[in-house]
Amino acid sequence: MEDGTRKSGDLWSGVALAALGLYVIIQARQWEYLGTDGPGAGFFPLWYGVAILGLSLLLIVLHLRRGSARGNALDWTRLGRAFSTWFALAVSVALFKPLGFVISFALLTYFIVAVMYRRPLKTAALTALASAAGFYLVFDLALGVPLPVGILGF
Amino acid sequence: MEILAGLLNGFAVALAPANLFWCFVGVLLGTVVGILPGLGPPATIAMLLPLTFNMNPAGAIIMLAGIYYGAKYGGSTTSILMNVPGESASVVTCLDGYQMARKGRAGPALGIAAIASFVAGTVGVLGLMLVAPPIAKFALSFSSPEYFALMSLGLALVVLLAGRSIVKALLAALVGLWIASVGTDLFSGTSRFTFGQMELLSGIDFVVVAIGVFALAEVLVNMEAREETQLLPVPKGLRNLLPTLQDLKDCRFAFVNGSVIGFLVGALPGGGSTIASFLSYGLEKAVSPRREQFGTGVIEGVAAPEGANNSETGGALVPLLTLGIPGSGTTAILLAALVLWGFKPGPLFIPEHPALFWGLVASMYIGNVMLLILNLPLVPLFAQVLRMPVYLLYPLILGVSMVGVYSVSGSLFDLLLLMVFGLLGYLMRKLDYPSAPLILGLALGAGMERALRQSLMMSEGKLSILVSRPISAVMLSLAVLVLLIPMFGKLNAWRLRALEQG
Repeated sequence: MEDGTRKSGDLWSGVALAALGLYVIIQARQWEYLGTDGPGAGFFPLWYGVAILGLSLLLIVLHLRRGSARGNALDWTRLGRAFSTWFALAVSVALFKPLGFVISFALLTYFIVAVMYRRPLKTAALTALASAAGFYLVFDLALGVPLPVGILGF
Repeated sequence: MEILAGLLNGFAVALAPANLFWCFVGVLLGTVVGILPGLGPPATIAMLLPLTFNMNPAGAIIMLAGIYYGAKYGGSTTSILMNVPGESASVVTCLDGYQMARKGRAGPALGIAAIASFVAGTVGVLGLMLVAPPIAKFALSFSSPEYFALMSLGLALVVLLAGRSIVKALLAALVGLWIASVGTDLFSGTSRFTFGQMELLSGIDFVVVAIGVFALAEVLVNMEAREETQLLPVPKGLRNLLPTLQDLKDCRFAFVNGSVIGFLVGALPGGGSTIASFLSYGLEKAVSPRREQFGTGVIEGVAAPEGANNSETGGALVPLLTLGIPGSGTTAILLAALVLWGFKPGPLFIPEHPALFWGLVASMYIGNVMLLILNLPLVPLFAQVLRMPVYLLYPLILGVSMVGVYSVSGSLFDLLLLMVFGLLGYLMRKLDYPSAPLILGLALGAGMERALRQSLMMSEGKLSILVSRPISAVMLSLAVLVLLIPMFGKLNAWRLRALEQG
C-alpha cells in the first residue's frame, strides 16, 4: 500500500466506521429483532448498522479507486497544535476532582496563552487569574451555577 | 382574526419586561457572535442552552432565537469592513459589500445590510405567522408512518445539501442515529451500547454532543494556526450610514427577492441561510440591468443576500415548530431546547402553547427593530469586538462549554464525553464529514425509531404500511429521489455548485 493511501483520512475513517458498523450489527443481533408486540430493541440498530457498514465499505472502495493522490492527506503539524489543546483540556477536566474548576481552568488558560500563543508569562498569569476569577464570580456567585469543587473547597 | 388575536397575545408576552430584556440580550449576543469570525450561532446556542434550564421557557426561547437571527445582522459587518465573513451566510456579502467599502461607501453598505435584514427578517416572521398555523392543522392528520417518512425526508434533504460527499453525509447522519440509540430502550427496557457504564443507561445528553461537535471543535480548528488573524483597521467615516434615496430605489427588487427566496429556502430542510443568500444574489444579478457591474460594489448585491439570510430564519422555524423537524444544526439545537424545557414541537405545539409560539413570533418583530437600532448607529462600536485577542476568546469558549455541560447533570462523566465529542467534531471537520447531519440524526433518532416501531406495531410487522398510505409513500419516494440526485449528472452539478458557493 502506498504511503499516500496510508495517510488518507478517507481510508482510515472508512475503516473505523466499518468497524463501528460491524460492532453495531453484532450488538443488535443479540437483541430481539421482531417479537409478538412488534419490532424489538435490535430492529432499528440492525438496519442502520448494516447501512454504516455498507456505506463505509463504499467509501473505502471509492477512495481506492480514486487513488492515493486525491485522498485527504493530514497535516500533522497543524493537527499537533489542535491535539495539544485537546490534551490540555482533557488534563484540566481530569484535574477537576482534585483541584476544582477554578484552579484547573486557570492552568488551562495559562497553558493556552503562554504556550500555544507564546505571550509573556506575566500576561498569561494575569489572564489566567482574571478569567478563573471571572468564571467563579459570574457562574458560581452571581448565577448560582455549580462549578466542580476540588479538595480545597472551590 | 385567529392570527390577529394570537399576535396580540404574543405581544403581551414579548413586551413583558423580562422577555424584552432577554430579547435584547439575545440580539446583542447574536450581533457580537455574528461579528466574531470562528464563533457561530450553533456553537453559541449550544453553549448557552444549559444555562437556560432555570429560566422561564418564553424568555429562554426568545433569547436563543435572538442569537440565531441577530448573528445574521452581525455577520455582514466583517464582510463589508474586512472582507472576512463573520458567518457562512455572509460570504456572498463580501463580493459587493467589501468593494463598496473600498470605494468609501462602507456606511451605506452597512446601512443597506441592516435595512434589508430588517425588511426581509420582518417578512420572514410574517410568513412564519401566516404559514405555520395551517401547516400545523394539516399535520394533525399525520400518524406514525407519516412522521417516519417526514423525518426520513428531512434527513435526506439535509444529507443532500450538507457536504460534497453524500456517502460521508449519510455516514454522519447514521452515526447520529447510533448515538441517539445509546441508553435504555424505552419499549423493552434493554440497555443498548452502554459499554457497561451506568452513566450511559440514561443515554447521551444532546447538549454534550452539540457543544462538543460545534463549540469545542470550532476552538480546536481555530487553534491550529499560531498566528492570530491579522485585524485590518476599521475604516473611519461611518457617520453617514444611511443609504441615499437612489440606493433604496435600486434595492426595491432586492428587498422582495431576499424576503421571498430566504423564506422559501429556509422552510426547506437542509436549505439554510448560506444557500438562500447565494440564490438571492444569483437571481438579483440575473434580473439586474447592470448585472455586469456585480462584484464591483453594487448596493443591491449587498441588500439581496443580507435580506435572504434574515428571512430564512422565519422559514426555518416553520417545519421546526409545526412538524418538529429541524432543517439545520442550529434549529436542531432549538428543537432540543424546546424538548428539554418540556415542550413537544409538532402540530399540537401552537394550539397547546399559544403564548410561547405567538410570544416568539412577536419577539422576532421586536428583535428585528432592536437590531436595526443597534446595527445602524452602533456598528463602529461593534467592530471593536474584533480587537479582542483570540488568546482570551478561546479559553472563554472552552470554559463556558465545560460549565454548560457540567450544569446539566453535575457529572464529570459528561465532561469526559464532551472531550470525546469535541475530538470527534474536530476530526469530522478535518476529514470533510459535515456535522449538521450528525446533529440532526441525533435529534431525530429517537423519534424516527419510535415512529418506525409504532408503524410496524400498527401493521403487525408489515413494512408495506410505509408505502401504502399516500402521504408517507410520497414523502418516502421523495427521500429516495433526493438521495439519488448525485447519480444524475446535471442535478449533481447543480448541487455541487450550490455547495461550493456556500
